[in-house]
Amino acid sequence: MPYISTTEQERKEMLKAIGVESFKELISNIPDKFVLKEKLKLEPAYSEQQVSRKVFQLMNSNKCTQAFDSYLGAGVYDHFIPAAVDTIVSRPEFYTSYTPYQAEVSQGTLQFVYEYQTMICELTGMEIANASMYDGASAAAEAILMAVRSTRKNKAIIAGSIHPTYINVIKRYTEGLEIELDFVDSKDGALDLKDLEKKVNDDIACVLVQSPNFFGNIEDMFAIEKITHATKKGLLIVETDPIGLAITTSPADFNADIVIGEGQALGNNTNYGGPLFGFFATKLSMSRMMPGRIVGETLDVAGKKAYALTLQAREQHIRRVKATSNICSNQSLCTLAATVYMALMGREGIKEVATQSMTKAHYLADEVKKLKGFSLAYPQQTFFKEFVINTPIPAAKIIEKALNHNIYAGVDMKPFGYDNQLMIAVTEKKTKADLDKFVKFLKEVK
Amino acid sequence: MTTTPTIFEKSSEGRKGYNITKNDVGIKLADILPEKYSRKEDAKLPQCSELDVMRHYIELSSKNHFIEKGFYPLGSCTMKYNPKIHEVVVRQSGITNLHPHQPEETVQGALQIMHELQHDLAEISGMANVTLQPVAGAQGEFVGLKIINAYHKSRGNTHKNVIIMPDSAHGTNPASCSLAGFTVKELKSNAHGKVDVEELRKMVDENTAGFMLTNPNTLGLYEEHAEEICDIIHSVDGLVYMDGANFNALLGIVQPGKTGFDVMHYNLHKTFSTPHGGGGPGSGAVGVVEKLTKFLPVPMVSKKDDTYFLDYSHAATSIGKVHSFYGNFAVNVRAYVYIKMLGAEGVRRVGENSVINANYLQTKLKDYFNITHADQYCMHEFVADSSIQKKKYGVNTLDIAKRLLDEGYHAPTIYFPLIIPEAIMIEPTETESKQTLDKFIEAMIEIAHEIEKDPESLHGAPYTTPVRRVDDVRAVKELNVRFPMK
Repeated sequence: MPYISTTEQERKEMLKAIGVESFKELISNIPDKFVLKEKLKLEPAYSEQQVSRKVFQLMNSNKCTQAFDSYLGAGVYDHFIPAAVDTIVSRPEFYTSYTPYQAEVSQGTLQFVYEYQTMICELTGMEIANASMYDGASAAAEAILMAVRSTRKNKAIIAGSIHPTYINVIKRYTEGLEIELDFVDSKDGALDLKDLEKKVNDDIACVLVQSPNFFGNIEDMFAIEKITHATKKGLLIVETDPIGLAITTSPADFNADIVIGEGQALGNNTNYGGPLFGFFATKLSMSRMMPGRIVGETLDVAGKKAYALTLQAREQHIRRVKATSNICSNQSLCTLAATVYMALMGREGIKEVATQSMTKAHYLADEVKKLKGFSLAYPQQTFFKEFVINTPIPAAKIIEKALNHNIYAGVDMKPFGYDNQLMIAVTEKKTKADLDKFVKFLKEVK
Repeated sequence: MTTTPTIFEKSSEGRKGYNITKNDVGIKLADILPEKYSRKEDAKLPQCSELDVMRHYIELSSKNHFIEKGFYPLGSCTMKYNPKIHEVVVRQSGITNLHPHQPEETVQGALQIMHELQHDLAEISGMANVTLQPVAGAQGEFVGLKIINAYHKSRGNTHKNVIIMPDSAHGTNPASCSLAGFTVKELKSNAHGKVDVEELRKMVDENTAGFMLTNPNTLGLYEEHAEEICDIIHSVDGLVYMDGANFNALLGIVQPGKTGFDVMHYNLHKTFSTPHGGGGPGSGAVGVVEKLTKFLPVPMVSKKDDTYFLDYSHAATSIGKVHSFYGNFAVNVRAYVYIKMLGAEGVRRVGENSVINANYLQTKLKDYFNITHADQYCMHEFVADSSIQKKKYGVNTLDIAKRLLDEGYHAPTIYFPLIIPEAIMIEPTETESKQTLDKFIEAMIEIAHEIEKDPESLHGAPYTTPVRRVDDVRAVKELNVRFPMK
């Protein structure tokens, strides 16, 4: 039997030591009618070789983004991941360890989380970051809940230009809690400032804006900040792309209160959409309102520097029904990948990744808009690495035809309510030759 | 062990740990990024070589306890061995490099795995259908509670807003209820550490939306009156939720869906051997009985003819989404591989041996530590109580836990469940051998003797770990949560 080391003989010895004749006696208090008499209807056990073969065959039937030129984004991005990242996260010392409750034997995990928190604070300009949320969507929901707790106001204003799925998830997290959501219209692919002005008042807990937004466009955060902070208590929550932060305005510069986002782009694979991880950073004044684990530096009894989980009185295992969040297991190993990635890329490398992603996206956009029948959907906006184009034929058709050229052309915007629009994401992985090939395909597509 | 300076202290101006292909498009950033959107000051990430980074994180890794290093008797956490084939399989490009927006015809293999896993989990638990979307046990609880809420709403019973649970429940249970907008009523456990059925009968009324029960419960005891409990809750049209944190004990032995439970979550990172990752990512799939299927999150994975697809057909009744995409796919693949390798007999063997291992430990330790409910056979875990040692010798559970670290063991779960004052919750799991258990028993007995002879020494434990006992209070009082960059 795989992974069970007890032999038949040992099993007998153990049962004898316990003082029973058979296993059945141990479960004699389970009503007999509920004890399974028949075998479960599962496939016969595979050997290690058989299961490898089966999964490899199934996976080979998938067409992964390495075999294709992929322009897919909408929240999950195909940035290059240095080999050293996987070497570290593949170490059992990290991946088979538990949540670092026993600090004395978890200093490896605790220190990397402390470093991760520091890196996220550097990127976001915030003062404190937690050890992760599930993804960008739940991070957004938890940020709203924190704003509601902090301000004791129960109305959240949300930019209509944020990722539609995030809105779906935010609704799940807020609908039982008497939190009122109001959505700001989008105009030309960005938040409509006039509509925002109309919707905010002294009763709001927060304004949540994504920038770059769902369409890839950078929002005018300075203007949004002014409107938000003109209210009595309203907090500004920014959902952002961590790579973009390397070259775009630090959220501290426009006085954001909470900065969150999908962290996958930092050294994590796309993995068919999971695991991802959400980063969550804010000001120290709200540290006791935060969801999730936080690591702090401290000392041991001998006066040596050490790390430990801190501010645990917020968490479910202590505060139970009054906890700031129900989160227990998080996405720790994904943040390890992010930490190693940020350490490798460093101050310059991350700027280079961001710069290449943005310049290459703009090169592609410039070429595409020259094509007959194609145009940029939001030519008046500044976009980062993702943009939306108007297409002469339904986007679904383009996507389908592109498959024959080993191209994932982008995300069809029709399910989100936009006919004949295609959203295209570009990362530093693309070469000019790749981009030119895509343009050539689009030119010929009918 | 020496202190490891942070990665920031190893940084050197101009050093590089990356090797990126040169930009070959001729666009300048300054021409496309307006001044008002551009960053004024760089984020101070470290500047290190690849070797610097490797040495740093390898050094950190050596300061962790992990399963391959030693026994992990962490109650309620099911720290079983994680087969290495899982890791090899999920690192294939056909998994790592799939994008969630790929057309369905290009991800048939992935969808097939999800479809089969939905089936296998449903079969093992006796549930009708399973969603793989929740990414953690607590998110599974949240989804289960949203489903309970949706069920009552669909019947016009909006007044049903109370969830009852025993006082031995995991902290996530009440926290998830709060998040889902329910009011929690706590039920005191009876003298046997179980649900007090008569008290429950008094507690339920027309506002009862449901009951949350961990079975086996957090004392490691099977709630033999589960059927009666379910009947009581069902009699007021409530639903019964099973917290599947302890499902390992029931594998192949009991199908909770056939015993009256309506909803349950599975901790794939416990029961189905996906690694804990130092705190995550886990996976908290949720199973439901037939009448609740229509409320499951969208999308499900379905099959038509020979084609698998993301199924949004129940969107009108679904609770919606809780994750950006389809859950922790790469984690779910590991659970899939695990189940395939076990088969029906293996699954049952896991359940049986987890119970045997726990009872073996309980039997051997009950003369040395007070085990409140040792008059009963436990399931996969049991809870010792060091109140006597505390009273007599001033040695508490924390001391014992820290002393175990010196012996090369991870500490058991301590001070939980809350109904046992000096709780030491021990779960060996089925993957540990008799030899390992015997050695652990020896270590525990030695500690029991040490408590009597030299209680002082335990207060100072641990002595041999990378750092000595850590000052948690200072970590809060002198809050330092980011490295102070120069």
